[in-house]
Amino acid sequence: MTSPYPIAIIIALLIVALSVASGLIWLERRLLALWQDRYGPNRVGPFGLLQVVADMIKIFTKEDWIPPFADKPVFVLAPAIIVVTVLMTFAVLPFAPGIMVTDLNVGLLFFLAMSSLGVYSVVLAGWSSDNKYSLLGGLRAAAQMISYEVFMGLSLMGVVVLAGSFDLAKIVEAQRKLWFVIPQFLGFVLFLIAGIAETRRLPFDLPEAESELVAGYHSEYSGMKFGMFFVGEYLGVTLISALIAILFFGGWLGPWLPPIVWFFIKLFLFICFFILLRASLPRPRFDQLMSWGWKLMLPLALANILVTGAVVLAFR
Amino acid sequence: MLSVLRTMWDVFLHAFHRRVTVQYPEQKAYLASRYRGRIILSRDPDGGERCVGCYLCAAVCPVDCIALQATEDEHGRRYPEFFRINFSRCIFCGFCEDACPTYAIQLIPDVEMGEYHRPNLVYEKEQLLINGPGKYPGYNYWKVCGVAIGGKGKGESENEARPTDLRGLLP
Repeated sequence: MTSPYPIAIIIALLIVALSVASGLIWLERRLLALWQDRYGPNRVGPFGLLQVVADMIKIFTKEDWIPPFADKPVFVLAPAIIVVTVLMTFAVLPFAPGIMVTDLNVGLLFFLAMSSLGVYSVVLAGWSSDNKYSLLGGLRAAAQMISYEVFMGLSLMGVVVLAGSFDLAKIVEAQRKLWFVIPQFLGFVLFLIAGIAETRRLPFDLPEAESELVAGYHSEYSGMKFGMFFVGEYLGVTLISALIAILFFGGWLGPWLPPIVWFFIKLFLFICFFILLRASLPRPRFDQLMSWGWKLMLPLALANILVTGAVVLAFR
Repeated sequence: MLSVLRTMWDVFLHAFHRRVTVQYPEQKAYLASRYRGRIILSRDPDGGERCVGCYLCAAVCPVDCIALQATEDEHGRRYPEFFRINFSRCIFCGFCEDACPTYAIQLIPDVEMGEYHRPNLVYEKEQLLINGPGKYPGYNYWKVCGVAIGGKGKGESENEARPTDLRGLLP
């Protein structure tokens, strides 16, 4: 199913992913403004679209400062890790039949592995900054990831049981008759919550927590290193939205329109949903977040696997 | 849990609300007629300067942004030789307007005074004087005050009685 021109696909994917991530900055500001009865950036270019270009020029010309007390190699490495791990996961996403970088037969596991690696970026950034607020942000990220990784993986097992494969393309194909959001609604809700926590977006942005921790793990970052964290965050939002579309809403499947268009429509809707979450929900307290993860989400995810497995066994 | 969904729905509905932003340079914000903006010096209905150079505005100004020098013409009518307001200091409190005994100094609803060079914010009398009476159309200080100036003797003002002739025998 992979394309005969992998290099072309890789380059196109990089361009699309990075421009979607930077376009999201504009989209998020416009949508937040819409839901707060404002206009948002609408001066630079048509509908303010060139605001992204202006911001990029600004952030590239900013002083890229490394604090003298920071652990320099780790400090420089941390922002790269998040972008690399998220971009690696894009390699296994099936956008449409034939449009994917590699048809990995353990694509889902690869995603889980890479998203777990991504948390090193945040923890190392918090640690190497040698700043108490950064460290608090990093610690929160570590604790949050441990509690949310666990049931994130478990919540997806129901989908794997139904599709009978870890291959993302095969999971999409298995949804020809029925989108998995209907038999796996609980799994969908659990994965959605875990996905928000995974991307460290509001309401689960405790590692960043502007109102408590200055800027959390990236307090000491400036210039393009700071920009990398943002690109990583927006790429993460795109990734989780794409995975929700692939795993639960039939990926590229849909009538009339070409498959790639269907995929991007679904992707766009979930990205908008992420932004709506940011516009509406407050941040929970840290202990609330942890106890939710361990005491409510994990048992629910386990129950979901048990019931799904039992039903599949009974009807085979 | 239900309240979370309810909140998200309510926020989503705001997509269909009217936006409150006033798109400023194209669309002006409404400023009330009593809004305290740029300071002007007004004139009498017959065109003379109202300011009598009493220094009350300069004295009351909390940031000392008003400077003036009073002088007199050949008829004994007082007027400011120069009148200077430094708008980079002015806080638009309106005390000068309150203090002015002749309604000469007034604040008008105009706030668009942006400048690229700070010295341009120092307004001289030529920039401050307007060609009209401002908020008090009929008022003419020199016609109602009891001071004798050229062309108007003692007791010739509006609503003013003739001076009592102390040596006269008439009742």
